[in-house]
Amino acid sequence: MQRNVIEIENLSKAFKTVQAVDNLSFKVKEGELFAFLGVNGAGKSTTIHVLCGSLKKDSGTVKVYDKDSADKTVLNRMGVVFQNSVLDKSLTVKDNLVFRGALYGLFGEEIEKRITHLASLLDFSDLLNRTVGKLSGGQRRRVDIARALLHKPGILILDEPTTGLDPQTRKLLWDVLANLRKQENLTVFLTTHYMEEAAEADYIVILDAGKIAAEGTPLSLKNAHTGDSVSLYGVSEGEVTSLGAPYEKIAGGYRVSLPNTGEATQLILQHPEVFRDYEITKGNMDDVFLAVTGKRLTGGKEQ
Amino acid sequence: MKQLFSLTKRNIKLFFKDKGMFFTSLITPLILLVLYATFLGNVYKDAFLLSMGEGATLVPKSTVNALVGGQLVSSLMAVSCITVAFCSNMLMVQDKANGTAADFLISPVSPKVLAFAYYLGTLFSTLIICAVALGAGLIYLTAFGWALSFADVMLLMLDCFLLVLFGTALSSVVNFFLSSQGQISAVGSIVSAGYGFISGAYMPISNFSEGLQAVMSFLPGTYGTALLRNHAMRGAFEKMNGIIPAEGLAEMKASADCSISFFGNAVSTGASYAILVGATLLLLGVYVLLNVMKNRKKK
Repeated sequence: MQRNVIEIENLSKAFKTVQAVDNLSFKVKEGELFAFLGVNGAGKSTTIHVLCGSLKKDSGTVKVYDKDSADKTVLNRMGVVFQNSVLDKSLTVKDNLVFRGALYGLFGEEIEKRITHLASLLDFSDLLNRTVGKLSGGQRRRVDIARALLHKPGILILDEPTTGLDPQTRKLLWDVLANLRKQENLTVFLTTHYMEEAAEADYIVILDAGKIAAEGTPLSLKNAHTGDSVSLYGVSEGEVTSLGAPYEKIAGGYRVSLPNTGEATQLILQHPEVFRDYEITKGNMDDVFLAVTGKRLTGGKEQ
Repeated sequence: MKQLFSLTKRNIKLFFKDKGMFFTSLITPLILLVLYATFLGNVYKDAFLLSMGEGATLVPKSTVNALVGGQLVSSLMAVSCITVAFCSNMLMVQDKANGTAADFLISPVSPKVLAFAYYLGTLFSTLIICAVALGAGLIYLTAFGWALSFADVMLLMLDCFLLVLFGTALSSVVNFFLSSQGQISAVGSIVSAGYGFISGAYMPISNFSEGLQAVMSFLPGTYGTALLRNHAMRGAFEKMNGIIPAEGLAEMKASADCSISFFGNAVSTGASYAILVGATLLLLGVYVLLNVMKNRKKK
């Protein structure tokens, strides 16, 4: 059985009159890809800062590898990729990584080897002597991830890591992270505004106004909070109306909305003559988020 | 220890690589050089010659140049030791503003090491720049009029070192409370523009009103300026001994801020050193206390 590497119980944190996090409880298992979703101001960053010990909590317990998050030694086991790059733009990639490595007690040959390994893994060996300020967004993000992995952490916290990146770089980053998770049993704690990334998670917590609005696996969330839709092609509107389910017109056909897959199956069995050319689609994570919070996540903006 | 060395190295390297921060730190000394080159040098030269009275014709030109040059070099150093330290220490604020400080805090490095590394980084960066500036100043004096002894040069170096220690401690305390780019610009501008005046670099303190002089006598930097003036101009004044009457020399020394008083009481060189060292230790104590309190608050 996988052990819990992060355990948060009844965490609360307020800033003056604003309750940023309200009685939050959840667990993250070792090796898991854990997605932490919420609109801006939902309490994600506050939780991350408490988790990293850089912010004092008002109440509750936050444990990382069974130790209180305020214990500095747990920081040796966590790496964080911030929303915005925090590397020194005037220094070279290598200088940045060497100086950051020193924060974890990595010096000399040890840090040199680690940098070489990570540069090869994240495909930036040719950029080591380039100034960080001259890198593209995607290149800088790869170096950010390398910085977070310098000390071989067990948990990697990614705070909106792919925002603003081109699809190719996003794919490269996810491939690398998938590899790391497989090879080193890395636990990934992710906040993102891309629902297709969240859909790949093992477990999702959706935060709204500092409280958990919903949690579960992507499948359980979809089943609980969204319905299925059946797209029918090559049928008349009269045939679709005869099904007795709500529908809308789409290009080349109609989309029928149903509460779940069971009802969709039943409908197909009852009206096989209508279902000549069709496809069943489950609700996606966007629908889940909308259903749970009443808001949409679009590139970080609440709608 | 290795962490402290590495972080200090990072701070120094970043200061010299960050063109914005580096050139901003040189603004005040450059303004001063331009002022001297365009008119201030001549103004002081005329003023000195006027103070010499009839003896002016007997004082060799090289001695007059050594006197004016001594004032320029001492002014330059009085300003540089403080303003360069302030600009260099802005790295501490810049790190807070762009999130780098947060990156440091999620690592197991001790906040004490971080705070000390900022102090050491600023200290070494400022010392490097001030050593170059002092070197250039001494070359200038060699070319136009040299009147310094070996002891004078050593004492000038000591004055600069103490003033840099003071400037670094002062900027550490002030910058501790800053956290945004706007604040960096505001404080940087105020220090760059204002310190030249309050240190007596643009205009001797003796020219200010009595009230303002009284206020400035509470600023430790004033005593640093006086020390630099004493050591940079002592040789030239000595060469004028016997040519210019003692009263005239005393008047010239007072007008050039070589002799400074605190509410009418003359402050000796030893007392000036004690004030400078005492103020530095006090500011360092405040800086340590601020960091301790900040870390306790977080826990």
